Amino acid sequence: MRHHLVLRVVSKLLIPFILLFGLYVQFHGDFGPGGGFQAGVIFAAGFILYALIFGRENAVKVTPPRVLQALMAFGLLLYASVGVVGMINGGNFLNYSVLRADGVAGQHLGILLIELGVGITVAAVMIMVFLMFTGRGR
Amino acid sequence: MLSGIYSLLMAGAFVVLDAVDVAFTEAAVGAGISTVLMLGTLHLTRSREKIPTHGAFLPLAVVLLTGGILLYATTGMPAFGDPDAPVHTHVAPRYIEETPEKIDVPNIVTAVLASYRGYDTMGEVTVIFTAGVGVMLMLGGRKRRRDSDKEDGV
Amino acid sequence: MTAFLEHYNYWIAIFLMMAGFYTVVARGNLVKKIVGLNIFQASVFLLYISMGKVEGGTAPILSGKPEVFSNPLPHVLILTAIVVGVATTALGLSFIVRINESYGTTEEDEIQHMDDEP
Repeated sequence: MRHHLVLRVVSKLLIPFILLFGLYVQFHGDFGPGGGFQAGVIFAAGFILYALIFGRENAVKVTPPRVLQALMAFGLLLYASVGVVGMINGGNFLNYSVLRADGVAGQHLGILLIELGVGITVAAVMIMVFLMFTGRGR
Repeated sequence: MLSGIYSLLMAGAFVVLDAVDVAFTEAAVGAGISTVLMLGTLHLTRSREKIPTHGAFLPLAVVLLTGGILLYATTGMPAFGDPDAPVHTHVAPRYIEETPEKIDVPNIVTAVLASYRGYDTMGEVTVIFTAGVGVMLMLGGRKRRRDSDKEDGV
Repeated sequence: MTAFLEHYNYWIAIFLMMAGFYTVVARGNLVKKIVGLNIFQASVFLLYISMGKVEGGTAPILSGKPEVFSNPLPHVLILTAIVVGVATTALGLSFIVRINESYGTTEEDEIQHMDDEP
């Protein structure tokens, strides 16, 4: 894709906004449509667009597979550890009301954290799958 | 590809059915990621299909029979949009009533997803994680000597 | 006729489901089988979401005034199912890529034929 000037310029303009929109969807999921799953996919779509336009080698430099592997596991661990913290504070597993003194604030914190965990795992898995498929070559 | 358009149309149908969150996901996933993956696979494999040698009558008969039985079964289902259907009278009213006081986030879907059904969602994330690990194990190994990223392999 | 008018959402879902089922059963190409499974899966999504619809309801987002909402539970189930679906589709496609590397084909009967030969 060396000579597709229009594609390169337009995607360079678009990618920051795609990532920004991904973050908006992630953190606005409590109020409107959105949440970790959608945000993860949108975020991954931004990186995949980058890999499609600027080549796989550059994309691997931005998101090295080792980092992606760590992030895949980190998201799931974040989710589970929120549940475990709830247990330590005297509630059931994944009961967020005990995270803070005020139950409703605890619910807000819990939902924010686990949505973050979901988003990280989904984005990392999607980018990883794409890199694996394109790395196969012919 | 057609499946991308199919997903986009499906997303439109979900908006009409008041499921904005689901429509959002379907549009992002179906029209974006899965189309790219499908094209990638077609690039890696042969894109021409062989002409099938066996007849299509037996599969057609099986499909028509199954479809007929399912259509017969719909006569026992509640009507479309019926507010008194069993699905609306079990736990859903409790979710809708309790969400404002107990969780206080405007999007009920997020509240149910993250809080009431936290176990389910954690299971789903585990499935996604496992599928990602599976793809890494299947495709991440080194195939040829000259693979540029062979030290990144699993 | 009223049976059809009251249940047309199920009829659409069943039509899509059978179209996907036919593709899975009748086609020998493994990629086509995955496409068929995806159509089948989408029909299940449509079935769930259409069951969650309430006559005169709106999207389940609280906006202060008392309203009739669609059932949020099917939305939650399908929301996660879509993302899980694409992850499992990716796993299936990766199997196909590996099968193609080992056997040089993605046709079911050719693979069967090669396995039968010693």
